[in-house]
Amino acid sequence: MANNSILVVGGGFSGITSALEAAEVGYEVFIVEKNPYLGGRVAQLNQYFPKLCPPSCGLEIQFQRIRNNPKVNYFTQAEVTRVTGAPGDYEVTVKLSPRHVNEKCTACGACAEAATTELPCEFDLGLGMRKAAYRPNIFAFPMRYVLTKEACGKDELAKIKASCVYGAIDLDDAPREIKLNVGAVVWATGWKPYDMQRLENLGAGKIGNVISNMQMERLAAPNGPTGGKILRPSDAAEPKRVAFVQCAGSRDENHLNFCSYICCMASLKQATYIRERYPKAQVTIYYIDLRTPGRYDNFMKKVTADENLHLVKGKVAAIVEHAATGDAVVTVENAVTGIKSDERFDLVVLATGMQPSLAGATVAGLHIDEDGFVTSAPGTGMVASGCAKLPLDVMKSAQTATAAALKAIQTVAGR
Amino acid sequence: MAEKIGVYICGGCDIAAAVNIEGIAASVKNKYGGNCPVIKTDAVLCSPESVARIKADVKENALDAVCLCACSPRVKWDVFAFDVLTERVNIREFCVWSFDKQTSAPDAAKGIDNLTIMAQEYTLMGVVKLTKSSVPDPETLTTNKTILVLGGGFTGLTAALEAAAVGHEVVLVERKAELGGRALGMYKSIPLAPPYTETQDTGIDKLVAAVRGNAKIKALTSSELKSLGGAPGLYTAQIETGGAAHDYAIGAVIVATGWEPQAAEFLAPMGYGSIRNVVTAAEFEAMAKKGAIARPSDGKMPASVAFVLDVGMCLATPEAPREDACANPAEPAEGAEAGPAPYPNTESCKHLAYSSELTSLVALKQAGYLREKNENGLAMIVYDHMMVPGLNERYYKAAQDDPGVMLTKGTVAGLTETANGQIVVNCRDSLLGENIELLCDMVVLPTGMVPTTAHEPTVNLVYRQGPQFPDLGLFDGFADSNYICFPYETRRTGVYAAGCVHQPMTMAQAADDAAGAALKAVQCISSINRGVAVHPRSGDKSYPVFNFVRCTQCKRCTEECPFGALDDDEKGTPKPNPTRCRRCGTCMGACPERVISFDNYNVDQIGTMIREMGVPAKIEEGGPRVLILACENDAYPALDMAAFRKTAWSPYVRFIPVRCLGSVNAIWVADAMSKGIDGVMLLGCKYGDDYQCHFVKGSELCNRRKENIAESLKRLGVEPERVDQYQVSIDEYDRIPALIESFMDMIKEKGPNPFKGY
Repeated sequence: MANNSILVVGGGFSGITSALEAAEVGYEVFIVEKNPYLGGRVAQLNQYFPKLCPPSCGLEIQFQRIRNNPKVNYFTQAEVTRVTGAPGDYEVTVKLSPRHVNEKCTACGACAEAATTELPCEFDLGLGMRKAAYRPNIFAFPMRYVLTKEACGKDELAKIKASCVYGAIDLDDAPREIKLNVGAVVWATGWKPYDMQRLENLGAGKIGNVISNMQMERLAAPNGPTGGKILRPSDAAEPKRVAFVQCAGSRDENHLNFCSYICCMASLKQATYIRERYPKAQVTIYYIDLRTPGRYDNFMKKVTADENLHLVKGKVAAIVEHAATGDAVVTVENAVTGIKSDERFDLVVLATGMQPSLAGATVAGLHIDEDGFVTSAPGTGMVASGCAKLPLDVMKSAQTATAAALKAIQTVAGR
Repeated sequence: MAEKIGVYICGGCDIAAAVNIEGIAASVKNKYGGNCPVIKTDAVLCSPESVARIKADVKENALDAVCLCACSPRVKWDVFAFDVLTERVNIREFCVWSFDKQTSAPDAAKGIDNLTIMAQEYTLMGVVKLTKSSVPDPETLTTNKTILVLGGGFTGLTAALEAAAVGHEVVLVERKAELGGRALGMYKSIPLAPPYTETQDTGIDKLVAAVRGNAKIKALTSSELKSLGGAPGLYTAQIETGGAAHDYAIGAVIVATGWEPQAAEFLAPMGYGSIRNVVTAAEFEAMAKKGAIARPSDGKMPASVAFVLDVGMCLATPEAPREDACANPAEPAEGAEAGPAPYPNTESCKHLAYSSELTSLVALKQAGYLREKNENGLAMIVYDHMMVPGLNERYYKAAQDDPGVMLTKGTVAGLTETANGQIVVNCRDSLLGENIELLCDMVVLPTGMVPTTAHEPTVNLVYRQGPQFPDLGLFDGFADSNYICFPYETRRTGVYAAGCVHQPMTMAQAADDAAGAALKAVQCISSINRGVAVHPRSGDKSYPVFNFVRCTQCKRCTEECPFGALDDDEKGTPKPNPTRCRRCGTCMGACPERVISFDNYNVDQIGTMIREMGVPAKIEEGGPRVLILACENDAYPALDMAAFRKTAWSPYVRFIPVRCLGSVNAIWVADAMSKGIDGVMLLGCKYGDDYQCHFVKGSELCNRRKENIAESLKRLGVEPERVDQYQVSIDEYDRIPALIESFMDMIKEKGPNPFKGY
């Protein structure tokens, strides 16, 4: 049966954009998102470069558009497990994981108060803890709590259930499968931060005061584990000397065989986070090339005019922990002077790159290259949007997402 | 205007425990019983049973509106979805969850229940708001569906095909005699598709043929857009072809007029024009296209070519765009009729820096040309930062694998010509040594890309606010958006830029950008046909209605509309163009005669809500009162989140959400002050170059109007500090309560509004 609705896999910025842009021409869309909330990576960011504005500002508009448009359907804690069929006529199997909190939830927070078990917070990338019954974040859409049932004992579950006077806790909630019939599929599966554990020479994620750039976003965010204070994880001290290590995984054939596009701008942006909070802090960025394309040149010039910001062209060879202080000792060779040195920092930020979420995955009918990017030719009914296609910043993701919406419409129009 | 309203007050989420909801119901019955045939309290209003009861009430009592006093409209929106006008009164977040018990303690001791007073006032505000609202009934227009594409280069051709592929007729206008644009002059292209490793054919011939062969596309060459009059869905484009002008009925426009090579004089500091064998990348491309790479001095194939990407020497004086460029006769001054004001030319050396991604990629490509044409040739690339972000890193890697391509970081300090016409490039801080000299037969300097809109209006709008995009200065001439999240949104509805006139970009990026712009054009036409607004109030059916009888032709609305929606006639009477409008209400805020209104948002409505604020006669008994007009897009959600975090704020403030601060009419402030309210806070978005206002100018305009209000207050003997505007972001939920607190402290210090009690 031919069908003119569109499936969007992924409810991050690209997926939401593709879905809305198609829905606002009148097409029915289904967003399938694996997190319990929409917004994806950008929801975790403190600010966007180069405007240094909060991502929730644009997301709020997107959520308003979703609220006002009955053509937009979405599923959270959902994953596409199977796609069969052909352009214009796909059958998609979606697995829905149990939330254990139903639509009666008023987001009053009683269940979180009743819960005692604490787990590392996924949204804060492990930097903070959350209750077993929790609100995914202060800006969550939909605003509904989630219960990690398997982490709690019987008694605790009983207490949590009893705490909800609205009957929203559903301990019997079980995985379900649904089928959707759609005419086209937009893959907006985005990216994940490259796993620090694989960067053995850079501490393999085991040095307390070596964090990833995404973790830095959480530290700087007002809804983060520190309320926006940038404190180093080992002892909650205010960092005075901070280093950024660019290309932590990127531009490296042993890790990510491409440039992740955003990390140079992200580190410059994060340098402003530090400098704004700590007027005396010294920041060093170790880079191969400072990639600030197009009009980002203005931002680069503005940020690098700061005399407390030091740019060093050189690849970091190793990072080890200074046992007595918890400092990180960075071994680096200056590519211009040839001088090799060890430098001590209070905090080191690894500019870990973007690994496509689909890296290593296989999806029938979808072409994925060896790095994990979708390479399906347009016109096949399967179209990539945002960082599933190639590494991009938010603005360019929105451009490709809008383009992907059109490609999907071209597949389904008139069916 | 709603006449039969159902009012429901929820007691869930601790509301009933803290607020006398029965008392509130009684007060609604007492004051507005006539308008409210149904007034109920409910233990859990969002429960399926309660929602079903509301639906039944609507049917049974033929209600035309419901007023739901419960949680924020940002939650449970899917549950509280009814077919009648619906007003959500936020008594959970704005009253119960954010109630400041400590500040209220002295009042509580006197038996004053500040929390119930507050919830009751908000409830009454919600009711009167509905009595001043009706369901918008927009005109659905029969519009033009044809899309106009300006520019017949790679982006324009792609956009035309993309729009045609979803069934739209396209008129494509190209100034030159042939289609193809800049790509026609290219020998080859940098990678256009995965795996992004190899130089490839531009494919422009195929693209031109596809456009030529497409029955839906009318390609006009040797043609120019003379004027674009009207409004989205209703444009008339006057296009001149071979000296004859024709009118075309157009729905929406894609601007793909691309770029022009930057004036080579910007490269003079690096020897262009003085050293014979220094050429530009554009000139080098032309040589390759012609088939022979030849040194200008002797016409011989160079054995070594240095591609110098570090152009720091040319960027030394980055300010001061060229004043003379418009008068420069190097380019034929087409369409340069003496207008009222000279076009602000924004070409500058900055465009060289902005083109860095392209110039790096082009150097890699052209190094390959030399290697292709001269197998023993040596290509040297000197860069500051090799600007090849993303997957084009793979292309860079491929170049590194060629032993005939030498790449080094370096800061170029000077170029000198030798007696035999060779060039010595002096580099500092290179990877090959601190100071090195590269000897080569020829030097290629990058060609900066300057958007066509840096030189001329291009879109030639017949709008009162002028023919061009209004914010070009912010973007150094690019027809860009200031929104990271919304790259196609500008201040001109229905006109969408794509390709290098939009931002500097590769052809691969331009292909996506063209498709994106095509969708926005299609979407704009579709929205107009359904009578709804486009971004950011997508789907909104309301539109401003003008009562011209009282209009004094003061022109404020026509001047202040951020989207140039209003033209005017000879007398100065505004002529609305609803399809240009984004429904922000800035015109409504601007109008001193209050002649502009929306069915569901108007001056009278908010004024009536303000009148529902109770003002205690004495500050000592019941506290001061402050009205806070808050932007519904950012300040309001921030307050919601503050309440979620159980942050308390003064019980003496009352919030009224507004579409945008731009819609705030000074009369609201005047009414509040004359009523004895002690102060007015305006919470809106950041303005300035990095503005965050979703309607571009709203918060900025409000601030300007506030200055006038302050003047008037001063004349009346009221301290102007009592009315102030604050720039807040959506994530400043921790700061806003603090702002309120310090404002309240100021009010406490100043004492009561001198008008109190009058």
